[in-house]
Amino acid sequence: METLLTAERLTAGWKRPVVGPLDFALGRGEVVGLLGPNGAGKSTVLAALAGRARVFSGRLGKRPGLSIALQTQAALPADGIPLSGRELLALTGAAATGLPDWLGDRLGQRYDELSGGQRQYLSLWAILDAPADLVLLDEPTNNLDRAGSEHLAGALRTRAEHGAGVLLVSHDRDFVARVCDRVVLLAGLEN
Amino acid sequence: MLFDDLFLQPFLTGLGLAVLLPLLGCYLRLRDEWLAALTYAQVAAAGALAAMAVAWPLVLGAALAAGLAAGVKHLASLRGLHGAAYALLLLGGWAAAVLLVSNLPAAESMGHALFDGQLYFTDWRHLVVSVAWTGLALAFLRLFSRRLLLARLYPDFFRARGLPNWPAQLGFDLLGAGSLALATMSLGVMGAFGLIFVPPWVAFSWASSWRRGLVGAVGLGVLAYGAAFAAALEFDQPFGPILALVLILAGLPPLFRRRHCA
Repeated sequence: METLLTAERLTAGWKRPVVGPLDFALGRGEVVGLLGPNGAGKSTVLAALAGRARVFSGRLGKRPGLSIALQTQAALPADGIPLSGRELLALTGAAATGLPDWLGDRLGQRYDELSGGQRQYLSLWAILDAPADLVLLDEPTNNLDRAGSEHLAGALRTRAEHGAGVLLVSHDRDFVARVCDRVVLLAGLEN
Repeated sequence: MLFDDLFLQPFLTGLGLAVLLPLLGCYLRLRDEWLAALTYAQVAAAGALAAMAVAWPLVLGAALAAGLAAGVKHLASLRGLHGAAYALLLLGGWAAAVLLVSNLPAAESMGHALFDGQLYFTDWRHLVVSVAWTGLALAFLRLFSRRLLLARLYPDFFRARGLPNWPAQLGFDLLGAGSLALATMSLGVMGAFGLIFVPPWVAFSWASSWRRGLVGAVGLGVLAYGAAFAAALEFDQPFGPILALVLILAGLPPLFRRRHCA
């Protein structure tokens, strides 16, 4: 299995360190979960991998040419913008194939006219299905009902089977246990 | 009367801008930067007056001042302060323009012309520059539209892939500044601002897709411009205020709709 990412004694944060030291590796075709209490720095790890947060010490190794897609918890700033669901997917290069019917039938509608759950899933899908070697997801089950979570679980496994690596941050232990091949536990910053 | 050479050339000069400004306004609204339009127009007017004081070409002064404002805004936006930068630049442009008009006798009439619009007094050089700039701007927007949308909706999209996105961001800032500088020289400060603000706002309130929003904004901008030009000629009134009134009329229906009128 080709290794996409390795973190060795990684300490990351914003103005000061928030999380670490942390060791883990992620390979192609793997779904890895990051679990930890609120404030442990799970989202900061994803931000560091995507180049947004600062790496204070340790080593972060990425396969040369690694293409990363990052989904964050922030809502898309699309209120009042006439963007159809189909246009949103086209922007990131994601396909509509594989979307659940309750969303696939509404791709002609404006994004800001969809329900909260539909918006969440569509903005998530636009990243999940975008061309990338490594997909980073931050609390993807937020605002999703049971049907949405079920569909997401299947989609993550399919994405991994097609060769992508997935790193998943979630507080939903059941979802992580069902979907992930391995789990990395975060305890926050070690002094 | 419109097909009289005397009026046809100014009409065509403004027509290019009536296509470009609403289109540009769509992207400014997307980025929540519509106040930039007023800022660039105000600063460009001050730059033109300053150029007049030192006997430089007015359009050069307007473009340099607006370009400088775009540079300041770009640097401020790197620290998340672009909203404050617009307000400060707007105040600075207004103060500089009023001081120049007050202290330079020759600048008074030019100051009025810049704020009211002097479309009927533009010459063939304005037309050539307007057409060339509009062509350049349309090519830029076609090339970078996806990047501008993605950078707004998924700010980490390019960084996570290790792709630079600053050329699109800086290019758009300069494009906005240059377009407003040109438009201010012919349509006036408020005419240019109106064409940037109102058509996208109206079109976004009913459009079902981004593409339809763009088409609707351009269509409305051109219609409003044509109607204002004809009405100003017919009733022998200054163009800028008539354009503003036509745009206000166009903006009334969305005010009474509940959704999509932020």
